This record gives sequence, C-alpha cells and structure tokens, in this order.
Amino acid sequence: MTAITHARATAGSAIRDSFVLAWRNYKHNVRVPSLIVLSLMMPVIFLVLFRYLIGGPIVIPGVSYVDFLVPGLIVQAIAFGATQTGVGLAEDVRRGITDRFRSLPISRSAVPAGRAVVDTVRNALVGIIVLGVGVVVGFRPDADAAYILAAIGIAMAFGYAFSWVAAYLGVTLKNVESVHDAGFIWVIPLTFASSAIVPVESMPTAAQWFADLNPVTSVADATRALMLGDPAGTAVIQSVLWIAALLVVFVPLAVRAYQRR
Amino acid sequence: MMTTELGAPPVLAEGVTKRYGDRTALADVSLEAPGGSVLALLGPNGAGKTTLIRVLTTLIRPDAGRAVVAGHDVVTDAQAVRRAIGLVGQHEATDEYLTGRENLTLVGRLLRLGRAELAERVDTTLEAFQLADVANQLAGTYSGGMRRRLDVAVTLLTRPRVVFLDEPTTGLDPASRRQLWLLIDDLAAGGTSILLSTQYLDEADRLANSVAVLDHGRLVETGTPDELKARLQGDSLHIRVADVEDVGAGAEVLAGVGEITEVDRGQGSVDVRVPNGAGLLPDALRRLDREGLVVTGAEIRRPGLDDVLFALTGDGAPGTEDGNGAPAKSKTRKFAFHGRG
Repeated sequence: MTAITHARATAGSAIRDSFVLAWRNYKHNVRVPSLIVLSLMMPVIFLVLFRYLIGGPIVIPGVSYVDFLVPGLIVQAIAFGATQTGVGLAEDVRRGITDRFRSLPISRSAVPAGRAVVDTVRNALVGIIVLGVGVVVGFRPDADAAYILAAIGIAMAFGYAFSWVAAYLGVTLKNVESVHDAGFIWVIPLTFASSAIVPVESMPTAAQWFADLNPVTSVADATRALMLGDPAGTAVIQSVLWIAALLVVFVPLAVRAYQRR
Repeated sequence: MMTTELGAPPVLAEGVTKRYGDRTALADVSLEAPGGSVLALLGPNGAGKTTLIRVLTTLIRPDAGRAVVAGHDVVTDAQAVRRAIGLVGQHEATDEYLTGRENLTLVGRLLRLGRAELAERVDTTLEAFQLADVANQLAGTYSGGMRRRLDVAVTLLTRPRVVFLDEPTTGLDPASRRQLWLLIDDLAAGGTSILLSTQYLDEADRLANSVAVLDHGRLVETGTPDELKARLQGDSLHIRVADVEDVGAGAEVLAGVGEITEVDRGQGSVDVRVPNGAGLLPDALRRLDREGLVVTGAEIRRPGLDDVLFALTGDGAPGTEDGNGAPAKSKTRKFAFHGRG
C-alpha cells in the first residue's frame, strides 16, 4: 500500500515540478518573442516559396499542390520547433542554472519535461498560424473541425516526442551552437525526405525507401488525410506507434543524460 | 534507512576519489566539518575544489570513497541531501528572463512552499538582500553584484542547513565582496553550516573556522586559519626597479635582506620573504640605493596562496632564478594559476 501511495506521490510531484518549470519556460517565450517569431518565419517563407515559386511544376493527381503542401509544412514547422527543447536545455547547462535545478529535491524528469510541454504548446500555436496563412494562400481543408483538431493534435504529439529526442541531443552535445546546428542537420533530411513537401512516389528509389520508413511521412500523411477528409486510419495508427516508440526510447535516455550532466 | 541526523557532522568525506579519464581530480580526500562552522576549501584553480563541492552536492558521483552530508549519503540518499543543502555554484544560476521575484518564486514553488508562506518569504528575502527595489526587473538587467546577491538569496530562500558556496566572491568588486562576507558571517552566526571554496588566503582567514588546503586533487593540510598562518611567518617585499636590466643585480642585493622567492624579468620586480616587512623595507631600499639601483615601487605583501602551498608542499614556489636567468619555476606555476580552468 505504501509503495502504491509513494509511486502516486512521485508521479504527482513529477507532474507538478514539470508544470512549475513549464511556467518558467512560458515566461521565456513571452519575453523573448523571437522564439515564436523565428519558428513562424521558416514555415511561412517555405509556404510562399513552394506555393508560388517552386511548386508550379509539381502536379499531384487528385489534389491541388497547396492542399498537399500546407499540412506537410505544419508538420515540418512543428519538427523544427521541437529542436528548441534541446537548444534551451543546452543553454541552461551552459549558464549554471542546471546545477541549481539538479541540487534541488525535484523530480529527475521535471526540467526536460517542463521545456517539452511549453515547446509543444508553442508548436500548436505555430501550427494553427501556419494553417491560417495556408488558408489565405488558397488551402481549403475538407473536413469537420473535429478532424482538423485531431490533425493538429497528432502533429503536436509528434512534436512532443521530437522534443524528447532534441532534449537528449541537447544534453548530450556540449555547446549550444552545435546543438542548434545538429537540430537542423537531423531535421532537414527527416522532413524533406518525407511526404511533407512532395509525394514519396516522386522521389528516387533509395530516397523512397528512406521516406517510407520515416516517421515524418506517417505523421504528414495522417495530418493531411485528416485535414482533407481522406481515409486516415493506417497513417494515424502508424503515427501513434511512432510517437509511442520515440517516447519510450528517448524519455529515459534524455532523463538519464540530464542527470549525468 | 535510518540515519541519525542530530549530531551528525554537516559534511563528512571519506576517501573521496574522482577521475576523469587519466586525470585524477580528487585523490582520497577525507575531511569533516564540525556543525555550525565555516569550512574553507583553499586551493588554486584545478586543485579539485569544485569537483569536491559537486560530489558533496550530489551533482556527480565519486568513483571511490563516500560522503555524508547532513547525515545522508550523497549517492544512496541524494534526494535527502538535496532537501538539506543549498548551493551557490561558480556559474550564474539565476534566470535572466525572470525577474528577481520570479527567480525566488520559481525555486520556492519547486520546494513546495505554501502560497502565503512563499509570498512572505520572498518579500523578506528581497528586503534582506537589498533587492526589493529591483524585484520586478528582469535579472538579466542586474549588475554582477546584484545577480550574485540574487543567486545567494535564491539559495537561502528555503533555509538550508548546509550551504555550499563555490568561489562566491570571484569576479566581484570589492564592495560586493565585503557585502557577501558580512552575509556569510550572519549566516554562520545563525547556526548554518557553511562550506566555501576560495583561492584567497585572506578570504579563508576572514571567514572560516577551519581551512582545508587542496592541491592537485589532494588534501594537503587541514587546520584553523591561525595554524596555517603560523606556518607562514613573515611577509613578502615586492620591489620594482626602474630598469628591467637591473633586476638581477637587485636580486643579488636583496638576497642579503631575506629569501628571494620570485624574480620577474618582464616586470623588473623581485619578491623577498622577510620576517618583518615594515622593519626591513627601509634597509632593503638603502642597500639598493647604495648600489645605484633606482626603485620605482616597493610594497609589503601579506602571504598568499602561493606561499601557503609552498610552505605546505614545498612544491613549485620559490623563484630563485636558475643559472641562465630564465624565469624561475614559480613563474610557470603562476601562469598556470591564471591559465587553467
């Protein structure tokens, strides 16, 4: 009985600690507006670029390119936004505030979790704004609001899982710049060699093979299908499995690496 | 696990050893701080002071040996240690995007202080640390001294029983340094046990009841500041000649006054250890004058960390020049002091 009470108390205080630290990271986002502005700039620029400059020759049977593109760009923006979790943690380590947190009697996962939660909320906001800009440039979702919310929800959950991958990299790599660069280095191929921007069928065979295995493909397919009112079952199930797998692997890795810092 | 906390020393280390690859950061360090006291870890950069503090504050695990803080083992009972301690680390540990008040509130919430109690304690703490006026400004806008005060304030908010301060006055201006000294006095007078690290003998002397001297990861001496100073009878005369070419001749003359400890050819200065600086300075100057050497500066220096280490380990210090007139060993070591992280 005490063991159960204890486990419950531990889980409760882990969540509480995470939310206290999320409050701190929320303040950062409010006070450093560039965090949100920068994470919006790239998807908006890409949207204009692909919609009006590059996307002209891209023809996808059965769907207009802007309808194909916008859900994919939402997923890509969220994947990039998640890398911020790692950059933020690396900055904390550099500043010495990590030593303070680690010398406090708080839950071991609270610091990375606090960041992951806030970055996910910011990601949702970014996703919704990209959706809005998408509508302005001609995106026409064809589904009930509930499906569109579900689409954003899946992209967000994926972003949350990605935040933990970024958290692991952020505390494993030593300096902030390399964390920042590493964020781009792994997210660029993951998002471009996926169905986020162009259909997998249009790629060379080797790239197709990679893109089919790529979790970003599953999530982009699920988000797109939900927004366009297409059958989404398989992609949704694949996405959920991917999200679960990433969390199972990277949450413990990130927490352990953080404790060792 | 039952641990009796009453009567347990605040800090107890037994054979603590920590290696990083080939480098031994701490070698078999054993020490005990009596309750309610201020223990100073004295040593140059790279001596292992920070590593020892990181072991004692549960940030890293020792490779061998054990450490008990506030009655709890730092490895097997780390959370209990964390509940009893406060740490002011070497690096800034405040959040620049939070206000002073928010920095305090954040830690208070993490430590589960009740809403009313927290609000009250934050106010009294801001007041006590003279931060009330700037409480609602971002910590990033504070001066160095103010940020350090905030750092200490956050650490003391929850009234820890054992407080660790890792080189707390490094980089502070003299006024802030004095302010921090007074604060440490108050804290110790209130019964808090304190362990601090420093590179300055005068700081250890001023603040601590006992001093542990670390060098190259080893504990070379423990004792009271008075015991330590008793081993360092005398002062050092630091004399500068106008022409750096004259420094060798100057050293020869001054060898008649006391023991030459350093000859700096670049600066044109000579250090001489003498039993009584004030009494012997005129004699030293007269002798130099008689040889026609022009002196541009002369001061009496109190013994420093260099002298402590030399007295205790006989290692490194006296810069009696070797035959070639190459800068003596202590020059290299001195350089190492500033160069090593």
